[in-house]
Amino acid sequence: MSFSELQLALPEIFIATMACVVLVADLFVSEQRRGLTHSLAVLALAFAGIITLRMMMPAGESLTAFSETFIRDRFGDVLKLFSYIILIAVFVYAKHFLRAAGLFKGEFYSLSLFALLGVMIMVSAASMLTLYLGLELLALSSYALVALNRDSALGSEAAMKFFILGSLASGILLYGMSLIYGATGTLELSAVSAALKGAATDNLMLAFGLAFLVVGIAFKLGAVPFHMWLPDVYQGAPVAVTLLISSLPKLGYLALAIRLLEDGMSGLHTDWQAMLVVLAALSMILGNVVAIAQSNIKRMLAYSTISHVGFILMGVLAASAAGYAAAMFYTIVYAMMSAGAFAVVILLSSNGIEAENIDDFKGLAKRSPWYALMMLMIMFSLAGIPVFVGFFAKWQVIAAAVEAGFTGLAILAVVTAVIGAFYYLRIVKLMYFDDPERTEPVTAPVDFRAVLSLNGLAMLGLGLFSGGLISLCISAFS
Amino acid sequence: MLTLAHFLTLGAILFSIGVAGVFLNRKNIIILLMSIELLLLAVNMNFVAFSKFLGNMDGQVYVFFILTVAAAEAAIGLAILVVLFRNRQTINVEDIEELKG
Repeated sequence: MSFSELQLALPEIFIATMACVVLVADLFVSEQRRGLTHSLAVLALAFAGIITLRMMMPAGESLTAFSETFIRDRFGDVLKLFSYIILIAVFVYAKHFLRAAGLFKGEFYSLSLFALLGVMIMVSAASMLTLYLGLELLALSSYALVALNRDSALGSEAAMKFFILGSLASGILLYGMSLIYGATGTLELSAVSAALKGAATDNLMLAFGLAFLVVGIAFKLGAVPFHMWLPDVYQGAPVAVTLLISSLPKLGYLALAIRLLEDGMSGLHTDWQAMLVVLAALSMILGNVVAIAQSNIKRMLAYSTISHVGFILMGVLAASAAGYAAAMFYTIVYAMMSAGAFAVVILLSSNGIEAENIDDFKGLAKRSPWYALMMLMIMFSLAGIPVFVGFFAKWQVIAAAVEAGFTGLAILAVVTAVIGAFYYLRIVKLMYFDDPERTEPVTAPVDFRAVLSLNGLAMLGLGLFSGGLISLCISAFS
Repeated sequence: MLTLAHFLTLGAILFSIGVAGVFLNRKNIIILLMSIELLLLAVNMNFVAFSKFLGNMDGQVYVFFILTVAAAEAAIGLAILVVLFRNRQTINVEDIEELKG
């Protein structure tokens, strides 16, 4: 291990250090001055962003370190940058809720930074070992986060379900990895890919291994039929934590899917494409249809997540550079939309009581026209209405699927997107055409308002000028 | 003479018992935690067997990492179990059903 290898992992080392610093520093901060912990965590993320930006890899180049277990490439760097941005937004949104709910503790920040570290390790993994370690770091941090409110019966039940099914998913993924290791004799993803070039495709061990890998990925992403944990966890967790687990980990799981399936198993792409088609189709249908029946906004957004996972998988299963770039674009945009939507849920909750019912959105336009407008943009973007960025994300993914010959799946995607538009527009209808049940004005700290406004306007701005972000994603796979 | 197939079969049996334990168990959450440990041990069995028969050390190194992670996982699982018991006064799987929809 040389100094230059350590330098490649500088962002990870920095975040690991800062997570520990935040954990210790919080012990010396009094209850009233807990805002310092928050500022320290946000500063750490901003600084990590500067480090990553300064040492960004040029398109098409990659460097490996630590006996080929760690890889730096443009795909990883872009995903890391967006992870920081999303986590900063999450911290700002979460602070407002955590304060009101009496959950404003230092652990939230150090656990979130460790979760981010897990995502970063997964994103930069070049071997199945690093991939697994990153995945577990993310998963263990999120289990603890879901149980953040120790006195909540729903929260602890959600944490238990999350823990059991998450560990089961890790076990299944690991079993798949062990079979792949047995069939190819290596843990390195590039070596696995090389070994598969000459291998017979009817190798039973490989086929089983691949099936277990895909099931593991589907469990983690929450694709139907492995989605049952997702609505319960979204509903049971404190909304600040739901905000986190609905946005940040998706970037990591996308990297998990692309690193395993494209970097490692590209030789078997016809096999995993067939499995992903089923997962994507079921996710889009079930997610969009069941979301209509929900009256709890967190459950509704959970089913909406499931349907968006279907779209992300559709980009991955195109198995082309354009498809991966589209999936990456979709995931980044989805993480932003999801963070924004949960931010509005936080905005509506008062004194730490969560505004979980969709009726809480009634008449928001009269109580606060500006935030209603932000929510409108986020909902339009989630529904995929043209001009907003969500439309371009769907467009890219569907175009990639059609190009790869999955026309039937693309048609299904369009149909389910139209069904899905119903429940997003229902929120807009409640906000603009119903009378408010509560009359008190909506208040939030200035940083919350600034970030939420940026988030909402980004839906429109990124839509009008989507070229920049799209070409950034394409450059990651050139 | 023991061959690779023997070890793989044992691994597969352990893994199946683990998965069955997670899905069929309707009684006690602690049994769920034990089933999850069993899943990871089945994977370890596979890795060690492959490592031995392929003459490649990577698999055994992986096992050490899995053992470490499994310990951390058990710690978090039991911590969540304690929180759950304090809130519910039960660790019966059938009683854990408030979240539905």
